[in-house]
Parts: sequence; C-alpha cells; structure tokens
Amino acid sequence: MNLKLKALTKSIWVFHFAASPCNNCDIEILALLTPRFDVERFGIQLIGSIRHADVLLVTGVPNHKTGPKLKELYAQVPKPCFVVAIGSCALGGCTFRGSYNVVGRVDEIIPVDAYVPGCPPKPEAMIAGIVKLLNSLKVK
Amino acid sequence: MKVLFYYLIFPGFLFTAVAGMLASWVDRKVTARVQWRQGPPWYQNFADFVKLLGKEIIVPRTGKWIFLISPLLGLASVSIVATLLGRTLMNPSESFLGDLIVVIYLLTIPAIALILGASASSNPLASVGASREIKLVLSYELPFILAIAIVILKSGGLIRINDIINYQMINGPILGSVSGAIAFVAAILCMQAKLGFVPFDMAEADQELMGGTCIEYSGAPLAVFKLTKQMLLVVLPFFLISVFWANNLSILWVILKYAALLVVIILIKNTNPRVRIDQATRFFWGPMTVACIIGVILALIGY
Repeated sequence: MNLKLKALTKSIWVFHFAASPCNNCDIEILALLTPRFDVERFGIQLIGSIRHADVLLVTGVPNHKTGPKLKELYAQVPKPCFVVAIGSCALGGCTFRGSYNVVGRVDEIIPVDAYVPGCPPKPEAMIAGIVKLLNSLKVK
Repeated sequence: MKVLFYYLIFPGFLFTAVAGMLASWVDRKVTARVQWRQGPPWYQNFADFVKLLGKEIIVPRTGKWIFLISPLLGLASVSIVATLLGRTLMNPSESFLGDLIVVIYLLTIPAIALILGASASSNPLASVGASREIKLVLSYELPFILAIAIVILKSGGLIRINDIINYQMINGPILGSVSGAIAFVAAILCMQAKLGFVPFDMAEADQELMGGTCIEYSGAPLAVFKLTKQMLLVVLPFFLISVFWANNLSILWVILKYAALLVVIILIKNTNPRVRIDQATRFFWGPMTVACIIGVILALIGY
C-alpha cells in the first residue's frame, strides 16, 4: 500500500449529503460525531465544504430534486473520494421504492463503495461500515 | 548557502512546520480532553498533510494564478518571520536595525494571502469570509501595533528585537510593568484573532460559511493554508515571548513560557463561543484600543 492511500485511511474528512431522508439517519450520524463515540481518534472529521471531502455520506432516497444535485456534488469532489450509503432508503429505496418522485437508488446515480443498512443504522454499525471500507482499501 | 539552510531547514520552514504540526496536535488533544474525548493520535496532522498532498487540485476558472500563488505567499512570509526570530533568539548579533517593524508587516501577510485566495475563487461564501477577514485584520491591527508601541516606549525607542531582548535581560521583562502587562494581555487577544481561533474564527466559521475563505481550496493549496496556520501557532507565541517576556532565554525557560502561552490560547479557544464580526470589531476598537492608549500614557509617564 502506498503512502498516499495510507495517509488517506488515517485521515478521513466526511461530507454529509442528505438526499431527502426522513432525518433519522442524519440524527444518528450526528450522534456518531459526538464525544461518546469520538471518531476524531481515527482522524474522522465532519467538514463543511465538498472540496475538502474524502468520503461522501449519502442518506435518503434520491428524488427528482436531489438526484441531479447528488450527481453534480459527486463531480465536484476532489478524487480519490469514496461514497458511503447510509440507511435502508439509500440502499434500496425501502418503503419509498416505486414512489412517483423517486429517481432510483443511490448506486444507480453514483458509484457506492460501502453500504450501511438499518432504519436508522446505529452509530456502531456506521463505524463497522467505515472499518470495512478501510480494510478493502488496504487490500488494494 | 548558509542563509538558505537557515531559511529552509533549521529555524525556518522545516523546523517550524514540524513544531507547528505538533503544537496543533497538542491543541486538538487538549480540546478533546476538555470535551471528555480521547482525541487524535500524535501523527494526525502529518497524516492530514500527506493526504491533502495526494488529492486532486481543483482550480476555479476565475483568477487561476492568484488562487494558486496566494497560499505560497503566506507560507513564505511565515517562514521568513520564523527564520528572523529563530536566528535572533539563538545568535543575537545577526539581527538588523528595524527587524521588529519587518516582523509586524510580515505577520499581516498570511491574512492578506487568505483574503486574496478567497477573492480569487469567486465563491459567494468565500467572498463573505474574505470580507470578514478584512474587517478582522482592520480591527486587531490597531491594538496590536499600539501594544508593540508600548514595548518600544518602555525600552526607550528600540526597534531591534535583539536590543529589546538585551534591555529585558538587564532591566527585567517588559511584562513586569503596569503598561507592559496591559500590552501583553492585548497582544494575547490579538494573537488569538491572528491565529483565527475561536472566538475570532468568523472568517472560516465551519457551521455557517462551510469553511469560509478556504471553501474552494482542495488538495495541496489547502494543505499549505493549514500548514501556514499551524506555523503561526509557533511563530506568534515566540514573537510575544521575545518582545514581552525575554528576561531568561535558556532553552528550558523558553519551552516553559511557550507552553504557558499555548495553554492560554487553548483555554480561550475552548471556553468561548464564536462572536459576530461587529462584536469583534467593537471589542478591538473599543475596550482593547482604550486600554492600549491608557498603557501608552502610563508608559510615557514611566509606569
């Protein structure tokens, strides 16, 4: 594994994009970033600007309004960048599948590197998902 | 050759960069402990830096050159200040007349570089950040220069850092007098604003401006901006020590004094909310400037 990738696994800056979720997943993401779970000890930080991001967290079902925005946002991230889909809605549409305003799943719009199922997933589940993503990077 | 070594390696760029990253780690670690967290490992800032160097650099269509040059401008000026101060503290005979004024000018340039870069990116949020940064610079420069003026008055018109240090070694620190103490407190608060730390971080306010002045930066230029901030965290406390508190400059004492100033910075950062820009301007032009003017008068009549 080269130095660039090693540094990336030690310092992950996260950008949070809510593609019309019901806000439950977002609340769990905020719970993940509180002192109780303290993800800064792994170098994970929530940042405000998409230009600083290494990981894009996507929650919710992309609809006609947020789907194109998601695509645009993915084009704006400096590469290498990884996408993590959080929650059942982002994975497969869940109860909103086939609804009149839904464009599709997240991985039909942009490539997704890790999936975290759950409605909403617990912070522990999200940490497990990130660790699996990092391990898959280390194999490369 | 020797000058290049001083500038690039020992008191200059490389040493200050490594020391700044470690000081910044101390800041993050103490902040984490204050919030009952464990905090990042010691190599966190190095990992951040290497990672940013490996990322793609996205340049906006407007103002390409200014956008890319301005981070280097800030980094170069901080390195010069580090070299000047480091050489003065180690080998006093090498300083030149008026280096105090040069240092004051050079310490303003990182903020100007940030303003230039933010304006060149033509992002509306970045321009809001740049306008706040301009107002902040205008606010804190007045009490900062008045505080330095108190030092010059107290030491009898000396504008060479080396002479000021010698004066303090003979007559005790400038911090020990009434006017000197007022100037020191004002300078610490100006240092907080120069570093862009809470309560004066409204220019890059993560929660409202999403990174503010740095919003369009990615990859290596962002790494350089972060590095400049971290180097300032070393350079500014050393500047204050050499100007206000230089009665004993053995290595142990310098490190202890630096640690004390770092603790003060981190405590101010952790116990205050962010203020609005108008509140910051009112604070610096109101109470701080009045206190500094009183300090100047006290210095003139000999207290």
